[in-house]
Amino acid sequence: MSDNNIIIDIEHLSKSFGDHQVLKDISLYIRKGEFVTLLGPSGCGKTTLLRMIAGFLQPDEGKIMMEWDSKGGKSEFLDVAKIPPHERPLNTVFQRYALFPHLDVYDNIAFGLKLKGVPKDEIDVRVRKVLKLVSMSDYEDRDVNSLSGGQQQRVAIARSIVNRPKVLLLDEPLAALDLKMRQDMQIELKEMHQKLGITFIYVTHDQAEALTLSDTIVVMNEGRIQQIGTPIDIYNEPVNSFVADFIGESNILNGTMIEDRKVRFLGHDFDCVDEGFGENVPVDVVIRPEDIYIMNKTEGAQFTGTVKSCTFKGVHYEMYVNTDSGNEIQIQDYNAFETGSTVGLIIRPDDIQVMRKERVENTVDCTVVDETHIEMLGEEFECKPVSGIAPGAPAKAHISFSKIDLMDHEEEGTASGEVWFILYKGDHYHLTVKTESGEFVYVDTQDIWDKGDLVGIRILPEDITVTEGDEQTK
Amino acid sequence: MMKKLLAKTYIWILLVLLYVPIIFIGVFSFTEAKTLGNWTGFSMELYKNIFSGSVGGGTSLMAAIKNTLVIAVIAAAVSTILGTVSAIGIFNMRGRKKNTIQFLNNIPMINPDVITGVSLFLLFVFLHFSQGYLTVILAHITFCTPYVVLSVMPKLGQMNPNIYEAALDLGATPAQALRKVLVPQLRPGMVSGFILAFTMSLDDFAVTFFTRGTIGLETLSTYIYADARKGGLTPELRPLMTLIFTIILILLIVMNVRQGRSKDGQKPIIPVK
Repeated sequence: MSDNNIIIDIEHLSKSFGDHQVLKDISLYIRKGEFVTLLGPSGCGKTTLLRMIAGFLQPDEGKIMMEWDSKGGKSEFLDVAKIPPHERPLNTVFQRYALFPHLDVYDNIAFGLKLKGVPKDEIDVRVRKVLKLVSMSDYEDRDVNSLSGGQQQRVAIARSIVNRPKVLLLDEPLAALDLKMRQDMQIELKEMHQKLGITFIYVTHDQAEALTLSDTIVVMNEGRIQQIGTPIDIYNEPVNSFVADFIGESNILNGTMIEDRKVRFLGHDFDCVDEGFGENVPVDVVIRPEDIYIMNKTEGAQFTGTVKSCTFKGVHYEMYVNTDSGNEIQIQDYNAFETGSTVGLIIRPDDIQVMRKERVENTVDCTVVDETHIEMLGEEFECKPVSGIAPGAPAKAHISFSKIDLMDHEEEGTASGEVWFILYKGDHYHLTVKTESGEFVYVDTQDIWDKGDLVGIRILPEDITVTEGDEQTK
Repeated sequence: MMKKLLAKTYIWILLVLLYVPIIFIGVFSFTEAKTLGNWTGFSMELYKNIFSGSVGGGTSLMAAIKNTLVIAVIAAAVSTILGTVSAIGIFNMRGRKKNTIQFLNNIPMINPDVITGVSLFLLFVFLHFSQGYLTVILAHITFCTPYVVLSVMPKLGQMNPNIYEAALDLGATPAQALRKVLVPQLRPGMVSGFILAFTMSLDDFAVTFFTRGTIGLETLSTYIYADARKGGLTPELRPLMTLIFTIILILLIVMNVRQGRSKDGQKPIIPVK
């Protein structure tokens, strides 16, 4: 290891349950004493990754390297794949506490120490010390079932840290608590982390919690790491539209990078600080609602808009504004602006986050059936006449985002699928649809769909362009 | 009003029909008359006779009682262990496999005892097992285990699924986690299962009859059967039956009180044949 501050090093980890691949080529390292959060929507693989570090699951591929104290007092790095959970130098705080109901608070906390054969008086001292740390000093004789959720979670944390693990794993430990309690516990966890100096690996789907607590956030989706960075990096410079949408509120808009430091979106040209995208390249632009300056006069403004709605949110007002280009954007400001009034808007160059588009059209693997038909997404589609590709040969079908029609009823389409992910792009929705064949297609639409809707997929023959298989794979 | 009265009368008739025969035996256990139905004055003589061992022909009644208890205790203990381990295994299975095994577990319970008895008899003959104590115990374990599985399963369902992992996480080996965490959690189910198995074994006739072989092993049920065939029931059986009924009744009450006390509000288990 070049950096001897690393305590866990995960290399190319993959895991499947049956046909479903939950983790795809995960690589990541964790430094000593760091507070790392695995953040993502449910089903993104974050808990699976945590359970693998704990040893409850075995990876299919890849290695988990961990710093290990050998007998001689020296520490070394080794692959822990074959080491059972009870021998690993880490402890877990489970989502539903998992306290032992037949033991009282004291015996729950002393459980690990007793197994290690720690002398009785030392157990006593250590248990009392952690009870004090989690502010539960007078509760040692209490039955764990008589405690509130927050108290149970404190005992669960105490039960883990009393063993002085090198790494503490926390699996959505605050998810079952109410909002007020959750916020108090967040502050306490952060203090505990600073006091103990133990490495924390924390799993959550709550982006606000991740931003509050972490030194480093690992954003995951669909079994892959999307971005690793500090909370500030992740918030200000999301690498793709998923991260931008998942962390905080954002306006995600289609734009074009005209040249270095010049980007066009919302029908206007803006100065920005991004370089190296090339000229006239389509990009995604992210602007946080609080980064748009709004004023009553239109002179000196970069562009204008009409206030559509204005809602008081406690500290700030949240407004939706229709821009002169016909897009809808969200703005947060300390001042209220009257609904229907015309406002001037300004965006500063360094508040514009430009991201390379992950894709500019759908590119789907297909097989040529005959001159005007192809098979893709598990069904046969009619397409533009194909020339030069023999029937039966693999090929690529190209379909523009806006040329896919979604139908209310699955039977109305040639293929069918489920709305998987929705992104609002200011004047249209960008949907990710998972087809029955398990592939993803991306659709631009004005219609409103909900996540989980079952839809029919229809594509007109003239909108399907087929090219040779190899040509487009680069 | 009328409807309510009718409903009440109905339930009372039902209860009387159910319990009169048992009360009848109970009452007549306190008189010495040879034939059931004659009252020759109150006496504790029959109770004394059972415990002095001076009843019965070839095999004494006391020996039969002793055999019954030994078999019931061993069978209940072994099936409690087997049943608990199986329940944990079945609980951790998934989908189709789990349903299949649970279905297979239920078959021995609805299978008529005679068929269980005869099939075990044939198996022991086929394997050249000399029949006696051992075969009866094995047979009883066979039909008791599914009941233990059934009474432990709900406890597993109520348990926090992370508890076992939490124990491993805190440094317990799988065996330590089983002993220190799982078993204490499952204990109420295991005790219910044990009592259920014990009563099932205690009153079994058909299976015992077919698997006891020819060495003259008598349990209570086979003793009563043989006795009745010899012409008339030995009078001492009346106090004995009363005692057994009382013991079972107490066990049942204990079980139901235990269930009632547990916070999960699970329905009391009543043994049904």
